[in-house]
Amino acid sequence: MIENYDIVIGLEIHAELSTKTKIYCGCRNEFGLEVNTVCCPICLGMPGALPSLNKTVVDYAIKMGYALNCSINSVSKQDRKNYYYPDLPKAYQITQDEVPLCYDGYVDISVGGIQKRIGVTRIHIEEDAGKLIHDESFSGTLVDFNRCGVPLIEIVSEPDMRSSKEAKSYLETIKIILSYMGISDCKMQEGSLRCDVNVSVMKKGSTEYGTRCEMKNISTFSGAVKGIEYEARRQVDILESGGTIIQQTRRWDDDKGQNFLLREKKNADDYRYFREPDIGKIVITEKKLLDIKDSIPELPNKKVLRYIKDFKLSEKDATLIVESLDRSFLFESVLNIGDVNPKLISNWILGDILGYLNEKSILLDQTKITPRKLFDLINAIESNIISSSSGKIILIDIFETDKTVDEIILERSLKQNSDIDDLKNVVVNILKVNEKSVIDYNNGKTNALGFVIGQCMKETKGKGNPAVLKELVLKLIKKD
Amino acid sequence: MDLFKKSGTELSCMLRSKECSAREIVSSIYTRIDSVEEKLGSYVSLTRDMADKKADIVDKKIAKGEIISPLAGIPVGVKDNILVKDVKNTCSSKMLENFVAPYNSTVVEKMLDQDCLIIGKLNMDEFAMGSSTETSYFKNTKNPHNLDCVPGGSSGGSAASVAGYETTVSLGSDTGGSVRQPASYCGIVGLKPTYSSVSRYGLVSFASSLDQIGPMGRTVKDVHLLYSTISGYDKKDRTTVDISNIPKEISELKNLSGIKVGIPSEYYLTDKNTDVIKSVENFIKFLEKSGAEIKTVSLPNTKYSIPVYYILSSAEASSNLARFDGVKYGYRASDYTNFQDMYKKTRTEGFGEEVKTRIMLGTYVLSSGYYDEYYNRAQSMKKMMKQDFDKVFEECDIIVTPTTTTTAFNLGEKINAHMDMYTSDISTASANITGIPAISIPCGRDLKGLPIGVQIMGKHFSEKLLFDVSNFYEKSIDGFDLEIKI
Repeated sequence: MIENYDIVIGLEIHAELSTKTKIYCGCRNEFGLEVNTVCCPICLGMPGALPSLNKTVVDYAIKMGYALNCSINSVSKQDRKNYYYPDLPKAYQITQDEVPLCYDGYVDISVGGIQKRIGVTRIHIEEDAGKLIHDESFSGTLVDFNRCGVPLIEIVSEPDMRSSKEAKSYLETIKIILSYMGISDCKMQEGSLRCDVNVSVMKKGSTEYGTRCEMKNISTFSGAVKGIEYEARRQVDILESGGTIIQQTRRWDDDKGQNFLLREKKNADDYRYFREPDIGKIVITEKKLLDIKDSIPELPNKKVLRYIKDFKLSEKDATLIVESLDRSFLFESVLNIGDVNPKLISNWILGDILGYLNEKSILLDQTKITPRKLFDLINAIESNIISSSSGKIILIDIFETDKTVDEIILERSLKQNSDIDDLKNVVVNILKVNEKSVIDYNNGKTNALGFVIGQCMKETKGKGNPAVLKELVLKLIKKD
Repeated sequence: MDLFKKSGTELSCMLRSKECSAREIVSSIYTRIDSVEEKLGSYVSLTRDMADKKADIVDKKIAKGEIISPLAGIPVGVKDNILVKDVKNTCSSKMLENFVAPYNSTVVEKMLDQDCLIIGKLNMDEFAMGSSTETSYFKNTKNPHNLDCVPGGSSGGSAASVAGYETTVSLGSDTGGSVRQPASYCGIVGLKPTYSSVSRYGLVSFASSLDQIGPMGRTVKDVHLLYSTISGYDKKDRTTVDISNIPKEISELKNLSGIKVGIPSEYYLTDKNTDVIKSVENFIKFLEKSGAEIKTVSLPNTKYSIPVYYILSSAEASSNLARFDGVKYGYRASDYTNFQDMYKKTRTEGFGEEVKTRIMLGTYVLSSGYYDEYYNRAQSMKKMMKQDFDKVFEECDIIVTPTTTTTAFNLGEKINAHMDMYTSDISTASANITGIPAISIPCGRDLKGLPIGVQIMGKHFSEKLLFDVSNFYEKSIDGFDLEIKI
């Protein structure tokens, strides 16, 4: 049934900005502090307190606007959205209604190798609310106001997505761009990235959108995917059984995998928006706009293309490195130190390094690895100072200690022996003791070679350079 | 020595010449309060400990020969919607009956830096909504010139305390005339400064785009002194502007030649034979005689000032007062079933009738479907009114009108006559809507002996000219007639 329908999806993403202080006061903007410890008369909505707009918030929003190809309103304002809720101390949220900072942009996403352009309607700045706490030890509800006044940008998309896969790709793309801009830490588990989803369905081939429903409270990408699929199916089921869709706001419950009716549009809140009289016009000079434009780093999608072209990485590898700013920083920093094959760096990062991080569930910046150490490691292997298997052992020390690669090699006595005279003696002795293998090899049993080299390695306690040993064995084993 | 009767400038000289101490000033003021407060009811709370401590600091500085600021040791009363840290800030409402201010407003901070003596918090109309101080949850304040009359409002306590010698100067707040109208009713001087020249940080917002804190006193120089102290850019109120380059000192004028005075015909529509009109006309004659050029001008959109004022101020108030919901501070209903119910009961029980009326009016004019018809239209009218004034100020330096069309009315006389009460703002509200400065000074009495005030309005940031002209008049008549019977 659902195959006969197109799903139409638009997203509203709320991203908490990682400014040092809150949007209208000097309180620290930090997550996870003891409840109600980063509050002041302003963010608590005390009588007489007035907001002072944090200019960095405006800069960050414009930065995101440029990254998403938006036009910028160099003169904008803020508005009050009036509603009562215990986590909203002033009983209004300062946001932007009529004139957002950024409008009319787009972002390109990729699903299954196919590119698609998603329109960005607008980006505006606003303040976050506090959090209600339902504590078992207390019969009522408590409020933590720490989050009040944490700066948010809301990124509103056009209804341009047609599947949950596209929605997920859009979310991922926005998330990567946010972290590339360095304006949000994008920690979904801390709620710094949240979204509302608008879903409608229409018969395939139709050009007329169906009635949409809005789903709130989505805080994970997988929740977005599941929520969209659930909602589309719900709407198709209604239509197929002859019903009509009523415009509603619904709440997604990730645990139950279902959504529930919050309110119908006819009962919609009237937020009585009007211009915030406590904050002057937001005016951004031409120079400021140019400065912000100049501060925008290379965007991830451009970076992937560059990695493929300049470093001959596969699309998959390039994407995997670029998707994390840490990884691509490490990658490029190693390249900048000296001559090294990019493919080798990529292999190390996506192989053993990522493996270690996943196993420990930590991030790159929580380890002691540096570009210098990774460069030295690769170099040590490439110049035969250590074997690649020793390299893997060293990596642990690289992550967990401050020692240099040279120090680790020395300390663990991993330096490879490549001295031809030394190794020749070893090979001659091994061949002497293993006459049978020599005969076997000369009779065509080539696998005897591996055994002999293994014995040589054992004799050198693993430090003999396997390549040199192999060469020597090949030369000396043959009976003319 | 009746120190309480002295002006701020006199006290400042006496302190410097050691004719009196700050401690003596404090005790003189509180003695006066002890004797008349029961009749006047100006104060909601007194802050004697604070004043005593500050007085000791001033006296020590004087003893050590340190230079003291012009306002050091001068008693000041503060309207109860301007926060003084650790002192109750009630806004004369049940809602904030027990609310203790957690921080100092910027103006109070500035006054304390100058070693002012804060005497107490002054009664007002609830949340500054009213024109008679009768909407105060706590009590009525009486007019020191006639105890049966209202002192005006909403800064009724601020005016009565100054006129009744319970303080030397005071702070009020003016959203539609709330400093000037009570100043006029009580026969003192009151200034509504240019919007954005005095920080509103710590003033409990009524209508953010119209509110200004204003100084009140018995002499122009006292009001000027207080204005100089509290005005200026404040990073905590981003609507303030830097006015440090604008001259503020009063110039002692020899005459008024070169000053062009506009008389807007629209403000004199009422019965021409009232005592008020006669006094204001005498004042205009005085200006003319002193060399000023008098011109009749027109401010045609003045007739909209009352609807525009009530729509804009109520709209903003409905949002500004939404925070009083019982969640964080202030009154909370004792019996409720859920938080919606708590909001409803808290606000029903915590606010008085006038406040609730305005919240409902404001909510209505901002509601979808009515927004364009009311709020947006009022915004466009505001622009037109500004254009009216800009045009007049192209040919005039100041505009002179009566501050109020009548003198103080009797307590209870208008409390149920909403339209009468509302239209008493007719002469004053335009200055708030257009943001210009306006001062009210006494210019005579009616036959009942009640004071009459004249209002002088000027261009944005032209406070100095308003002070110069007012001071010239005050000197010419050998000081204002401040006599009261209590």
